[in-house]
Amino acid sequence: MEKIPIMKISNSLLVTIQVDMNDSLAQELQDDLSDRIVQTRATGVLIEISALDIIDSFIGRMLGNITAISRLLGADTVVVGMRPAVAITLVELGLPLSGIRTALNVERGLAMIQPSMDAKEGDGRGPV
Amino acid sequence: MNAPQLTRISTLLQNQEEAILSEWIRAQLGPGVFRSAVPPQSELHEQSKTLLRALRDALRQASSTDITSPEWESVRENLADVSRSQAREGSSPTETATAVLSLKQPLFGRLIDDCKDHPEEISREIRGASELLDKLGLYTMEVHQKGREQLIVRQQEEMQELSTPVVELWRGILALPLIGTLDSQRTQVVMENLLEKIAQTGAPIAIIDITGVPTVDTLVAQHLLKTISAARLMGADCIISGIRPQIAQTIVHLGVALGDVITKATLADAFAIALKRAGLSVTDNRTA
Repeated sequence: MEKIPIMKISNSLLVTIQVDMNDSLAQELQDDLSDRIVQTRATGVLIEISALDIIDSFIGRMLGNITAISRLLGADTVVVGMRPAVAITLVELGLPLSGIRTALNVERGLAMIQPSMDAKEGDGRGPV
Repeated sequence: MNAPQLTRISTLLQNQEEAILSEWIRAQLGPGVFRSAVPPQSELHEQSKTLLRALRDALRQASSTDITSPEWESVRENLADVSRSQAREGSSPTETATAVLSLKQPLFGRLIDDCKDHPEEISREIRGASELLDKLGLYTMEVHQKGREQLIVRQQEEMQELSTPVVELWRGILALPLIGTLDSQRTQVVMENLLEKIAQTGAPIAIIDITGVPTVDTLVAQHLLKTISAARLMGADCIISGIRPQIAQTIVHLGVALGDVITKATLADAFAIALKRAGLSVTDNRTA
C-alpha cells in the first residue's frame, strides 16, 4: 500500500506527493498530516505537488481541505510546485483555492514560512 | 462490375471520348459558365480530359454510383484539383460546378440517340446520368467550401499565436500585452503561455496589460480572473494594467468584481510596483 511521506525539517513538515493521487490516498494524507502537526507541533507545512500531473475535483477539494485543516491547527501552509496544467484544471473546475498560499518551488515556499518559524523558535532574529 | 443503370454512359464515354470531350469543352467555354476568369484553353482541355478518363474508368469498375466509395477516389481527386485550381484563378464555386454540370449537354444528346431503339430506357438512363453529374457538381462545391474553412482555421491559429506573447520585462517580471477581444479559446492559450513562462523563468510577478483589449464585459473580466487565479496557484501575483477611463467606467457599471487584484492605469505604473516588490529601484543619473 502506497503512503505519502511526511518529513519533518526543523519546525516544519514537508509533504511531497510523488505518486498518482487517488481518493483513499488523499483521505489518508488528511488524517496523517493532521495527526503529525499536532504531534510535532509544527508551525509550517509545505505541500509539494510538482509530480502531480492529473487532478480531479475531489483531489482538488481535498487539497483545499488539507490546507485549511493545517492552518486551523496553527501551521502556516503553502502549496508549492503546481504544474501549469494542474493550475488551469483547478481554475476550470471552479476551485481557485482562494485563501491558500502558493509558491513556485520548495525554496520559495520555505522562504514564505520562514518568518513564522523564526518567530516560534525565538532565535533572536524575529519575524522579518 | 458495371453500375447497372449506367452501362450506356460507360460505353459512350469509351467509344466517343474525343467527340464528347471537344463538345464539353465548347460547352464550358460557352456563355453562362465562366463569367469572371476563363481558364486557358490548353489547361481546360487537359483538366477535362483527365476528368473524363477518370470518370470512364470509375464507371467501368465501380459497382455503384456512390461517389464516396473507394472506386471513385481518382474522380474525387480530379474534381478536387479542378475545384482548387479554378478557385485560385478566381472562379466562383458556382462557375466550377456549372462547368462540371455542362457535361450533361453532350452526354444527354448522345444518350437519347443511343436509346433510339429502346425508348423506354431513355428516362431511366438520363435520370441516372443526371444524378451522377449532380453529385460530382456538388462535390466540387464541397471541396471549395472545405478549402475556405481550412484557410479560416489556419488564419485563426496564426492570429492566436501572434497575439499572445509573454515577455520578460526584467528578471522575474513578466508582461503579457493583450491585443483584441478575449474569448474562452484565447484565454486558454494566454493562460497556458503565461503559466509555462512562469514555470520556466520562476517569475513571481506578471503584469497583464489590457490596453489593446477593446471592451471589458463580465465575460472578459471572468477570463482575466481565471488567468490570475491560475497564476496565483503557481505562486505568481498578477497586476492588471492599461485600464482606460471608459473601461474603468464599464467595469464599475457592470459591477464586475476584480477582487483584490492590483490594477493600474498604465504599464509604467504597474512596472514600478513590480520593481518595488522585487526590491529594485530606478534612479535618474542626469541630476547630480
